[in-house]
Amino acid sequence: MRGRVLIVDDDTALAEMLGIVLRGEGYEPTLCADGGQALAMFREHKPDLVLLDLMLPGTDGIDVCRAIRAESGVPIVMLTAKTDTVDIVVGLESGADDYVLKPFKPKELVARIRARLRRTEESPQELLEIGDLMIDVAGHSVKRGEVPIALTPLEFDLLVALARKPWQVFTREVLLEQVWGYRHAADTRLVNVHVQRLRSKVERDPENPEVVVTVRGVGYKAGQV
Amino acid sequence: MALWRRSLQLRVVTTTTLCSLLAIAVLGNVLISQVRDGLLRTKVASSLDEAANGARTSQEALDSADRSAPDVFDTLVPDLVRQLSRGGGSAGTREVVLQRGSGISDPRAPLGRSSFGVDVRDVPASLSAKVESGTGQRWTYTVLTRPSGQQVSALVIGSQVVVPEIGSYDLYFLFPLDKEATTLALVRNALLLAAFGLVILVGGIAWLVTRQVVTPVRMAARIAERLAAGRLEERMRVRGEDDLARLAASFNRMATSLQRQIRQLEDLSRVQRRFVSDVSHELRTPLTTVRMAADVLHDARAGMDPAVERSAEILQAQLDRFEALLADLLEISRYDAGAAVLETEPTDLRIVVRHVIDAMETLADRRGSVLVLEAPDTACIADVDQRRIQRVLRNLVANAVEHGEGEPIVIRVAADDLAVAVAVRDHGVGLAPTDVSMVFNRFWRADPARARTTGGTGLGLSIALEDAHLHGGWLQAWGEPGDGCQFRLTVPRVLGAELDGSPIPLEPSDSRRRRAPVTAGQPYRRIRTPGGVDV
Repeated sequence: MRGRVLIVDDDTALAEMLGIVLRGEGYEPTLCADGGQALAMFREHKPDLVLLDLMLPGTDGIDVCRAIRAESGVPIVMLTAKTDTVDIVVGLESGADDYVLKPFKPKELVARIRARLRRTEESPQELLEIGDLMIDVAGHSVKRGEVPIALTPLEFDLLVALARKPWQVFTREVLLEQVWGYRHAADTRLVNVHVQRLRSKVERDPENPEVVVTVRGVGYKAGQV
Repeated sequence: MALWRRSLQLRVVTTTTLCSLLAIAVLGNVLISQVRDGLLRTKVASSLDEAANGARTSQEALDSADRSAPDVFDTLVPDLVRQLSRGGGSAGTREVVLQRGSGISDPRAPLGRSSFGVDVRDVPASLSAKVESGTGQRWTYTVLTRPSGQQVSALVIGSQVVVPEIGSYDLYFLFPLDKEATTLALVRNALLLAAFGLVILVGGIAWLVTRQVVTPVRMAARIAERLAAGRLEERMRVRGEDDLARLAASFNRMATSLQRQIRQLEDLSRVQRRFVSDVSHELRTPLTTVRMAADVLHDARAGMDPAVERSAEILQAQLDRFEALLADLLEISRYDAGAAVLETEPTDLRIVVRHVIDAMETLADRRGSVLVLEAPDTACIADVDQRRIQRVLRNLVANAVEHGEGEPIVIRVAADDLAVAVAVRDHGVGLAPTDVSMVFNRFWRADPARARTTGGTGLGLSIALEDAHLHGGWLQAWGEPGDGCQFRLTVPRVLGAELDGSPIPLEPSDSRRRRAPVTAGQPYRRIRTPGGVDV
């Protein structure tokens, strides 16, 4: 059993096909055809990952995404037929960790799910410093002084990647590969949006970031302690 | 000069002013000469009368003088002259000259006498001759020199008087015309002033009148320009019911009708674009399902009936093609809707080209073509959307590989101060010059009979062209049958800058025509480019 996946999609044929493919890959899929019931099913099944179609009737996929994110950091991968920048950015900003554009190849989807479910291999007790934050990698916690900061696993991974090599400037492409698991350069908006989300949680003043610093024209790096 | 050509009002005002100036000049001259003639005619008539009177009085005085007195001349004549010159009548002041006639041979006879303001020499000789040739009055004009040196036009009238015991003397009356000259000057000045005023008035009236006509015309021109610039709701103000108001009304009707038609076309095209976009989106979900089903079949094909196995493979391959087509259609519909957004950053195009070459190398290998990169050592940086430029170049290289017949494909990068260019040159079948402008058309094929092997969608170059235009750049093609083609992408270094040239010539230096020595008189061939620029 590799993990439980909640599939929220109104297109029953697609949902069923997704179920077949994921089951074939060793996941345990649960189908939900109605956005209105998505949250209830989420609470009931406690999935390890949510696969969410953005174009749901009734409740908007964006609302479902926000509702789930409000109570859990579980990875959310959205499916979308819309390629417009705005739609994707809105999806990412409402809490999705990653997205897959329809039509996608099943292997691509599985790779995205696997990347999101990949747990950092059990590391020995490791403490990292970034800015004025302390990261306990094994304990999956971030603290400013004694105050813990709640991050989603993705945001945590992003922060750890930057903190591990404070001397290195990370291009968006490198971050995509290390954090999201993309082999080839993909949509760098993913990085931009998530860096913004991360900053809104860890920075004292998100307008003047000190933890995740932008290096103009290149990418991001860890702020100096 | 430019203003002269552009301003109808200026031309009308100037022409009117000049014409009225000419008319007034002619009229003024006629008037002045009429006044002068009138003045002189009166003067001459009264002067002749007075002169005749004077001559008669003198003759009587002379006749009645005491003949026995030995120096009658010396006593009588000065008095007479003084008397005559003093008696100013309606003809104004006068001067008198009494001159010895040429008929007197006695050298002792006195030469003559003249009044104070005149000299004997002021009487023209021609008049003297006439006076002596007969009886009666003779007159002419002359110029009188005053003792002060001032010169005055004058009327001179001569007749003969007989001095007893001596003979006939010529008696001349000179009437200076200074009063008439003053009057004439006064009249002339008044006329000049009036003419000046009149010309200004006429110019002003012309300006006002043309303004009434020109202002609405200018307004129409301005509004037509705004309409042309796309502000379709602009209208002219209609005032009154005159011709200009009718012009404005018709103009507005035309604008309304144009606006309606444009709106209709816009709506139609919006509906159509929306439809293409919606269809493409709607197709995506079922396509995803089919794709996944096909994948499951494809993965399980081993060990199946060979026909089923092959079917699964074909299904898979055609789904790829379907997907590519759908993606391109969506991209095109995004351009058509004007929804394509550039995300630019300063990028070294050499690196982009290298990425593309790395990605295309396997495809080129399969076709037996070598990809050769010719790039300068210095960075070729331009503000571009890397994703789009990469797509353009991938497209150009894929095309070159497909039509390159296994010959080497040269990719050149070059930059100058304003632009960066990438040219992809193949040595394959080439393009007919008539096809050069067609290659960017949607779904266009050089040879419909030729089978597609690499499975392009037929939209690649159209999308590439849109991408180039989005950057404010050019994408142009050169081709010669049997001599291969060259596609050249030129983008400005700074986004929004106007391109006026490319660092790479469109026709490659190794083209057959360039290699051949150019003979004199060989016709110059222009290469049509989709950018509308002749190179």
